[in-house]
Amino acid sequence: MSDASMDSTAPRQSRTLLETDARTRRRNAAEKRFRMYGLAAIGIGLFFLIVLAASILRSGLPAFTQTVLSVDFVLTQEQFDKAEGTLFKTKAYEGYFNAALVSQLQSQGLEAEVDAKAAERILGKTGSTIREFYRANPDQLGQEVRFDLSVSSRVDGYFKGRVTRDGFVESRFLMLADLDLVDALTEGGIIRQQFNWNFVTGADSGVDNPGGAGIGASVVGSFFMMLVVLVLSLPIGVAASIYLEEFAPQNRFTDLIEVNISNLAAVPSIVFGILGLAVFIQFMHLPQSAPLVGGLVLTLMTLPTIIISTRASLKAVPPSIRDAALGLGASKMQSVFHHVLPLAAPGILTGTIIGLAQALGETAPLLLIGMVGFVARGYPETFAAGFTDPNSAMPAQIYTWASRADAGFYEKAWGGIIVLLLFLLTMNIIAIILRRRFERRW
Amino acid sequence: MPVLWLFLIVLAVAILGYLLGRARALSAAPEGRRGLHSLPVYYGANVALKVLVPALGILILWLLVQPFVIDRAVSGTIPDSDIAEGASRGLVMSEVARVADGVKAAVGAGTMPAAMAADPSPDLEAVTQALKDAGQVVTGDVTQTVFAAAQKYNAMAAQGGLYMTILVLLAAAAGCVMGLHEAKPDFRARNVVEKGIRALLIAAASIAILTTVGIVLSLIFNTVEFFRLYPASQFFFSLEWAPSFSGRGGASELGILPLLWGTLYISFVALAVAVPIGLFAAIYLSEYASPRLRAVAKPLLEVLAGIPTIVYGLFALLTVGPLLVSVFGDGGYLGVSWQGGGRAVMTAGLVMGIMLIPFVSSLSDDIINAVPQAMRDGSYGLGATQSETIKQVVLPAALPGIVGAILLAASRAIGETMIVVLGAGAAARLSLNPFEAMTTVTAKIVSQLTGDSDFASPEALVAFALGMSLFVITLGLNVVALAIVRKYREQYD
Repeated sequence: MSDASMDSTAPRQSRTLLETDARTRRRNAAEKRFRMYGLAAIGIGLFFLIVLAASILRSGLPAFTQTVLSVDFVLTQEQFDKAEGTLFKTKAYEGYFNAALVSQLQSQGLEAEVDAKAAERILGKTGSTIREFYRANPDQLGQEVRFDLSVSSRVDGYFKGRVTRDGFVESRFLMLADLDLVDALTEGGIIRQQFNWNFVTGADSGVDNPGGAGIGASVVGSFFMMLVVLVLSLPIGVAASIYLEEFAPQNRFTDLIEVNISNLAAVPSIVFGILGLAVFIQFMHLPQSAPLVGGLVLTLMTLPTIIISTRASLKAVPPSIRDAALGLGASKMQSVFHHVLPLAAPGILTGTIIGLAQALGETAPLLLIGMVGFVARGYPETFAAGFTDPNSAMPAQIYTWASRADAGFYEKAWGGIIVLLLFLLTMNIIAIILRRRFERRW
Repeated sequence: MPVLWLFLIVLAVAILGYLLGRARALSAAPEGRRGLHSLPVYYGANVALKVLVPALGILILWLLVQPFVIDRAVSGTIPDSDIAEGASRGLVMSEVARVADGVKAAVGAGTMPAAMAADPSPDLEAVTQALKDAGQVVTGDVTQTVFAAAQKYNAMAAQGGLYMTILVLLAAAAGCVMGLHEAKPDFRARNVVEKGIRALLIAAASIAILTTVGIVLSLIFNTVEFFRLYPASQFFFSLEWAPSFSGRGGASELGILPLLWGTLYISFVALAVAVPIGLFAAIYLSEYASPRLRAVAKPLLEVLAGIPTIVYGLFALLTVGPLLVSVFGDGGYLGVSWQGGGRAVMTAGLVMGIMLIPFVSSLSDDIINAVPQAMRDGSYGLGATQSETIKQVVLPAALPGIVGAILLAASRAIGETMIVVLGAGAAARLSLNPFEAMTTVTAKIVSQLTGDSDFASPEALVAFALGMSLFVITLGLNVVALAIVRKYREQYD
């Protein structure tokens, strides 16, 4: 011990086990400190986890609500004809709508001025929405229709605390007086917050419309990609593992495969993106931005993970099972496929689900093959088109939102992360349940 | 999608062959299934395998080789005189491929009449317009040479598709007939089928090799192409990274050193965060923690490893960056103005460090647990306290393994993309200030290969050279780390 040199300084009399001397105290203190360091390290790690979870929830949950203005609106046939006759058609519709808004306020005993400019700042251009509705449904003319219009991004931010009255900067997008009007409308129950279905089911919107952005289309893109990954990586991964674990002779070729698998597991994901771009798109001319190509790239990326976990569960099946099968006259192939594989299946499934979850969260390779967020403009029309039509995936969509200038998209990005993490959580819980219920210990 | 249909037809033939083969074997045996060499299913499986393997093999091989052959043939028809100054043959060929795809899409969308697509000397302005109407990306006007080449391209592709269909269907039919012919009682069907399955297993295992070969080839080909357009010495030794945005300008400075510096700096910060925390956490969990604490804390820490990197990227951009600015930035709590914006080496490094904590801790945990208990007991027997035992016996014994774990973490940090794309900034800079924005190799690969860049320009091809460098560095680190970890494991096994 390095502390041995201190012996001479310690007085002889105190060397009894009943009272601790200075050196023992120091050693015990060092011991305590060391434990504290360890506890602190774990504490810091868990603290980061909590901060991460808190900031996801705090910033992401508002994405699931939206602020809407609902007005009961009647448009008569003559108003419609008159508006269609004017030069600025949408302006005319806007006029009718604003009048309906004022009358609705008055009917609730609230006095407020609604001028056209303020209404446009709060609601955006309502005229074209209304015109399109009545042109598509002429039978609704003369009847009372309820319009739920989402308010502009800034007014939405006012409700969610992004925009506040103190430190408010007036601009042509929103004036302080507009907020008074918004307050009055809220008091009258005309503006309220509701669950944002469009965020869950919708597609990406343009750069200037954060309110209309939804993650639904990219969820579909991710789904088709995962389908490709599952269909390819499970059989290939299992076949490769069976060969390596049960049949492969000890030779150079087997070593080569083993080295390749362990190295591929550690190759940066972006390199797989480069591979996908060069081989699948440049060389094989597969369509860009297609979930099929994304699925192929992610398959190559998850294969090592699946092979490693599958081999572990094959290894866990005791040799007595194989010996018993061989002893009863089964061939080697029969013993593996009829006895070892079914026993290893729960472990293989668990590993596959975890590999899929990893693939689901991967972003970088998808960006290189063109699956960026703004191509996710809608749902594919047919099942087959789901594989080849340009689409995005959840993480790529989140990246696109995060790199846009409008702060309204940040909220969407966090909200998208909640959706993504919910999927990952579900997959991991399924994996844990599978492992708990079916895993056998010999 | 004809390939999908072809696949389904082959599959149908295989299923039919399976049923027929089984039935035929059974009916050919006079005393029922006991007279057969193998179980009846093996006769069916023999037919199915003989249909599927050659037919799908031809299909895949054809799909792989056809673009290569067509590219060669079409490229030969373009005279050297038609390749513009400063452009390469590859550039023209990518234009041809784009126009060829565009013409197909335009005919499909109905904006281009089929006659115009087949016309040997059409009105080129109308062609360009038709392509634009179909929503195709066209750079400038389509020239006569390019259009003619695109026509040849499409014609060859259609012809190739036809040959492929015929060949695949023939192979499937031949396999079916052959398999059925073999379905006789004394045919050793099980042995043949098992041999076939074994070959398939080997093929599946070889995909790992194919992937590596694919990565290496795609990197090498494009890197060589890049070095043809841009001097290698300048790429490796220039201190400047300034790609021109026009895409074809010769004014780009594409030196890897500033990017490499940013990568290493960020990785260093990340490891400075992750290694102490991860190592201490691993020591506490393996040596001190009660089983209950371990059962709770270990999985919770590993949750950090399961979170997708895009989440960390967003966390860096929107939470950690602004937080750091409010501390170190202008008018921050410290009263210093070191940090200009949220994106900085510190931001990305810190968040990446958080991501790597579980990586370091679980690897080190395994390694510390592998140190034999006898060594600890010996140390306790000599009167050492627990921390002295850890510091002077366990850690030195586990050191090689821990170094391996740190190297693996470093390779992870160098290859990490999303955190640096969102958190580190876009400006390439050689600076020592960790609060400044810098960029990395991976971030530049993303920015050079996304968007409507031309894949044949040096600005896009540089991404492959960057990828090659990244691949070599991480591969080197991994090989060394895995060798160390493996050697260490053997020591105590």
